[in-house]
Amino acid sequence: MSAGLNFDPMRLPAECQTLRAQVRAFLAEEIAAGTFDPHDPAHSDSYNRAFSRRVGAKGWIGMTWPKKYGGHDRSYLERYVVTEEFRVANAPANLHFVADRQSGPILLKYAPEHIKADILPRICRGELCFAIGMSEPGSGSDLFAAKTKATKADGGWRINGTKIWTTSAQVADFMLGLFRTSPPTKDNRRHGLTQFLIDMKTPGITVNPIRQMTGKVGFNEVVFNDAFVPDDHVMGEIDGAWKQATSELAYERSGPERFLDTFYLLPEFIRALGPEPDLRSAEGLGRLVAQLHTLRRMSVSVAGMLHAGKEPVVEGSIVKDVGTVWEQKLPARVRELAAFLEPESVNHTALEDQVAFATIIAPKLTIQGGTTEILRGIIARGLGLR
Amino acid sequence: MPGDSDHIVADIAARIFADFADPQTVNSAADGAWKKRLWQALGDAGLPLAWVPETLGGSGASMADGFAILAAAGRSALSVPLAETLAAGWLLSRAGLDAPAGPMTVAPVRPNESITVDGEGRLNGRAAGVPFAFDCETIAVLADGGKRVALVDREDCRVAQGHNLAGDASNVVTFDRVQPLRLARAPDGFDAWSLPLMGSAIRSTQIAGALQTILSLSVAYANERVAFERRIGKFQAVQQNLARLAGEVAAALAVSASAADAVAQAGDFDEAKFLEVASAKIRTAEAAAEGSAIAHQVFGAIGFTQEHILHRFTLRMLSWRDDFGNESYWAAELGQRVARGGAGEFWPLVASR
Repeated sequence: MSAGLNFDPMRLPAECQTLRAQVRAFLAEEIAAGTFDPHDPAHSDSYNRAFSRRVGAKGWIGMTWPKKYGGHDRSYLERYVVTEEFRVANAPANLHFVADRQSGPILLKYAPEHIKADILPRICRGELCFAIGMSEPGSGSDLFAAKTKATKADGGWRINGTKIWTTSAQVADFMLGLFRTSPPTKDNRRHGLTQFLIDMKTPGITVNPIRQMTGKVGFNEVVFNDAFVPDDHVMGEIDGAWKQATSELAYERSGPERFLDTFYLLPEFIRALGPEPDLRSAEGLGRLVAQLHTLRRMSVSVAGMLHAGKEPVVEGSIVKDVGTVWEQKLPARVRELAAFLEPESVNHTALEDQVAFATIIAPKLTIQGGTTEILRGIIARGLGLR
Repeated sequence: MPGDSDHIVADIAARIFADFADPQTVNSAADGAWKKRLWQALGDAGLPLAWVPETLGGSGASMADGFAILAAAGRSALSVPLAETLAAGWLLSRAGLDAPAGPMTVAPVRPNESITVDGEGRLNGRAAGVPFAFDCETIAVLADGGKRVALVDREDCRVAQGHNLAGDASNVVTFDRVQPLRLARAPDGFDAWSLPLMGSAIRSTQIAGALQTILSLSVAYANERVAFERRIGKFQAVQQNLARLAGEVAAALAVSASAADAVAQAGDFDEAKFLEVASAKIRTAEAAAEGSAIAHQVFGAIGFTQEHILHRFTLRMLSWRDDFGNESYWAAELGQRVARGGAGEFWPLVASR
């Protein structure tokens, strides 16, 4: 009954709140030093190698990984706190974030020992940026339609084809990508894809940046022309990447980044409202606060399940579905609520700028990392719809 | 499900609900005779006075156990004043008053209503929408803006006929120099918010429970009903709707369980508990509206009949939104408090939970 949805009231343990204070102090220092402006979301997606190194030096990348690979043996819940504080501050974590969230864990699971020993410590030091090579011109949500080929060669594989919409490829040091090593079989169309670790400096790789509707470069076309990948860069089972994909998804889908991408609008709106808002604004704000608190409690609950070693795939997908729809609507809600603000309020221009920026980026929030439609398909399956 | 394995009391409650208040049986019952048998069984198990310590005549269960009972009651769309009796027992025992046997309810349940105690210790005022007042023997009252707690005999009050969306009694109760059965000072830290906060935590828990059942009923129906030679659960449009319903159920479960957990902790209702409970009432009420619409859409015409049990869940949870302040009311209050706290205090408050 009730399709087994589980959202226990997980509370972050005391050590998380100590860590939170440390993270806030660090971010305050960085803001004071001019590294980034917490009120300017337009630059939170920049790649700042020096900043990422300082974050690494603090021990906040690869937090949950074993010490022998440069990690810190800390809990998933502690990582959660670092992630949410960075998001809320608009800190520029793009350089290391993907490596920390999903590339590192994949390497930990599937890479041969010498590669783990080489690459993981560098991720932890904040030195490496990772891209994820999934989408292709003819294959987006339908991951298993990928055509870009890896053909067996002496001592490795030759890759030919094109990946597209690849975030961070213009700066990435490595890519973890899915490539076709065999055709799909009749009874399993997901068969035949293999996951590879690609050094982006490999000859034969061309990165063509694609300008987004924000006017900035965020994703890329990556063309492979006989690029050579050595055998030891195969991650996991040849032709069997489809078996590896699902269990990591809950980590990727349920984190605070799935509902905090436009968070900055709320404090800015509160600042513009002042301490005695009219009834309409107060009600509108109150609903948004309730919705945010709910999402965070859902997300923390999933974090607790992951921490306990469970695989809450449906719950994680629900957090991303509800969370991204909410963060996408937030600019529209704040825009409506701000319609009657006094134009003299001190930060009116700042709020308008933020609403404008968030309105432009909003469409991507329900597309990147698994579209709403795909997520709902996963949820429906998890509910037992046949 | 929260509580099912942790709380033996809740398991007992769920078994009693299944045996004596099965939604299908109750829905087609000719009269209310089942209510007497149900109440007898609940009383025998000590459930109505779960939140009353043994020294005051109750069974002394934990706050968490009580909320687990309420979640189970929500999953059964229970239509007897169990939640109200729990709330009344809580209110009385906090003031050191012992609780009578029999069904109780609480007042006031609407914002901005006050019941006052005059110089001779008699109660005056009016409370609208008091749940099950007609079916209860006594009413626990938080009077004088949260300074006093009283227990009155329902027959000493004027109780007008009325019912909520689901047909459960919901009455205007007029207190005209009513001599209370018991009267005491409210405990330190109590104010006019104490009852609305507890009541809202309770209603949020019940709504989340009802939504859980609505989801499982809807999924089962989509897997069984055939249209265009396919089970309707095969259609992507239906799947997307049910996934959205699951999202609403998940939100309601998470926020209500969090609020119940917060309320169960020792201490007064501070800003953090206010955030928890207000959010729970707001978000579960939103989920009730969304969830009801989706479920009815899945069921089509059959779900709109008296004969089908869906309305027992949808109409009841839609009614529960209105008790102890609806979502608009709580949103305005929460928004004002957050604005007063200022931009800098906002994230620290959210992150403290």
